[in-house]
Amino acid sequence: MTSTTSDAAAAASAAGGDILSVEHISKRYGAVTALSDVSMHLGRGEVLGLLGDNGAGKSTLLKILCGFQPATTGRILLEGEEIVFKSVDHARSLGIDAVYQDLALVNQLSVYHNMFLNRERNNGPLLNNRVMRKLAREHLEEMGIRIPSVNVEVAKLSGGQRQAIAVARSVYSNPKILLLDEPLAAMGVKEGAIILDLVRELKEQGNVSIIIIAHNYGQVLEVCDRVNLIQHGEITFDKRSADTSVAELTELVVAEYRKALEERHRSGQRPRLS
Amino acid sequence: MGGAAFLRQREATVLVVTIGLIIYFALASSNFLGSSNLTTWLSEDAAPIIIIAIGEVLLLICGEIDLSVGFVYTFAPFLMHYLIDFYGVPGILAIIISLLMGLAVGWLNAFLTVSVGLPSFITTLGTGFILLGIVDTTSHAQPASIPTKVLGIGHWIGSYGWAEFIWAVILVAIFHVVLTRTRWGLHTVAVGGNLLGAQEAGIKVKRIKYGNFMITALLGAFVGLQVGFQTNTIDPTAGGYTPMFYAVTAAVIGGTAMLGGVGTILGAFLGAIVLATLTDGFSIIGISANPLDIIFGGAILVAMIANVQLARLREAGRS
Repeated sequence: MTSTTSDAAAAASAAGGDILSVEHISKRYGAVTALSDVSMHLGRGEVLGLLGDNGAGKSTLLKILCGFQPATTGRILLEGEEIVFKSVDHARSLGIDAVYQDLALVNQLSVYHNMFLNRERNNGPLLNNRVMRKLAREHLEEMGIRIPSVNVEVAKLSGGQRQAIAVARSVYSNPKILLLDEPLAAMGVKEGAIILDLVRELKEQGNVSIIIIAHNYGQVLEVCDRVNLIQHGEITFDKRSADTSVAELTELVVAEYRKALEERHRSGQRPRLS
Repeated sequence: MGGAAFLRQREATVLVVTIGLIIYFALASSNFLGSSNLTTWLSEDAAPIIIIAIGEVLLLICGEIDLSVGFVYTFAPFLMHYLIDFYGVPGILAIIISLLMGLAVGWLNAFLTVSVGLPSFITTLGTGFILLGIVDTTSHAQPASIPTKVLGIGHWIGSYGWAEFIWAVILVAIFHVVLTRTRWGLHTVAVGGNLLGAQEAGIKVKRIKYGNFMITALLGAFVGLQVGFQTNTIDPTAGGYTPMFYAVTAAVIGGTAMLGGVGTILGAFLGAIVLATLTDGFSIIGISANPLDIIFGGAILVAMIANVQLARLREAGRS
């Protein structure tokens, strides 16, 4: 593993001080091992790309990091201190927010209600819709996200707009760490560009460290400082974006695919062509 | 509100139907809007459905249903009677314990559904039968009289002519605000609209479901007491599936979706008024009540088709 880890990446992380580090995390669901042994770190202000095949364990890792589910073993250090997340709310109160692959938006609710879901502004026992509407409108404008109105139901928005709302929501509370699960999945090039611009802008502001889960290497290399590859529940590759290329990453995955194919051949299972 | 904006409201269609029916029966019989019929129509026929429908709307929105609420309704006045007449419990305390029984049944329904993982249809089918069995065993399936001790307070709960309807209106107002203007209501919609998403947003989805099951059964117990006081008897055949299904029908006519995420208390209120207007109107103008169920069944289907079509139109209108 050390052979694929560039010294520069290690040096950079040691100098800046990691905001988050994960040590020997594993996650089992009954007999299924989703993560076997993951160690990784995230530098302050860094954008880290987490790549991997479907089922490699990317989303599982993200759900552990945002407090949605606990790890089976291992520990998480937030700014150098060991921490056990009790819930999503707990992680959020510590400055960690996530945008899930399914976006966690409620189609039947308006944009502003989604923006403030579970962090509503209240006026006594009642929702303060006026304030939420106003804040949502301002926040979206600030981020350069254009939608018809904050009053429309989320169901009426396009995929890119929905993704943008989900990102906008997660950065609203100024998190220290932002986790994005497949923010570009199921999105056209134009819509994907909106999200990448958002990430770039957040990076320039420099207040937030970001982990992006993706499987489109080209797009990730464009915005990430560093990339990790997760295979079979382990981190197998860790390099700065500048030190690697789409070709190298592709080759790694193709090699894995080739190996899987050979194993099938050896065990007598031939891929069927028909 | 402009005409177009008004029509886009989910409740608009059912409001038009309600007004149309009221005008029709008022023209067909001068007795329909007469003072003696008003309380029959609104208090006796409409109010119990309205109040139970409030609970069913909350549950349907968060993706659940309660089939047992009508049996909580049956059991509540019996429990009050047992406590007062057999155990010497003071009247008001007996009423409070009967209401708490509702909460306990709601908790059990929620526990079996949310924590054990049974579908609520099955959970409440089971608890409903159990409650009916308890009523029939303990009462020997015989009616009982209202204990004289609680006749005074019973006046305020249900025996005064308008009491049930006034309670219904107050509860509708309260729960309309709860559903549309509070965190609880917003989270109820979120849980039904996107369960996983609600969890990911950190909403305590179990708590929302527990709460709504408990509200529903509490309202069921309250209606049972009301009807007991209003009819001045405690009847083992009161309640049951009929008021529950009427309440679900009212919710559906009023625009509540069975799949969760969508529904309004005002719509269910109007839906219940429609059902009560048909029930009461038919008997007032002297038409047999027998074909009524055909109309109810048709109304459910028409309302549901309208909902589906509306959803399709909305879908088509998205840009």
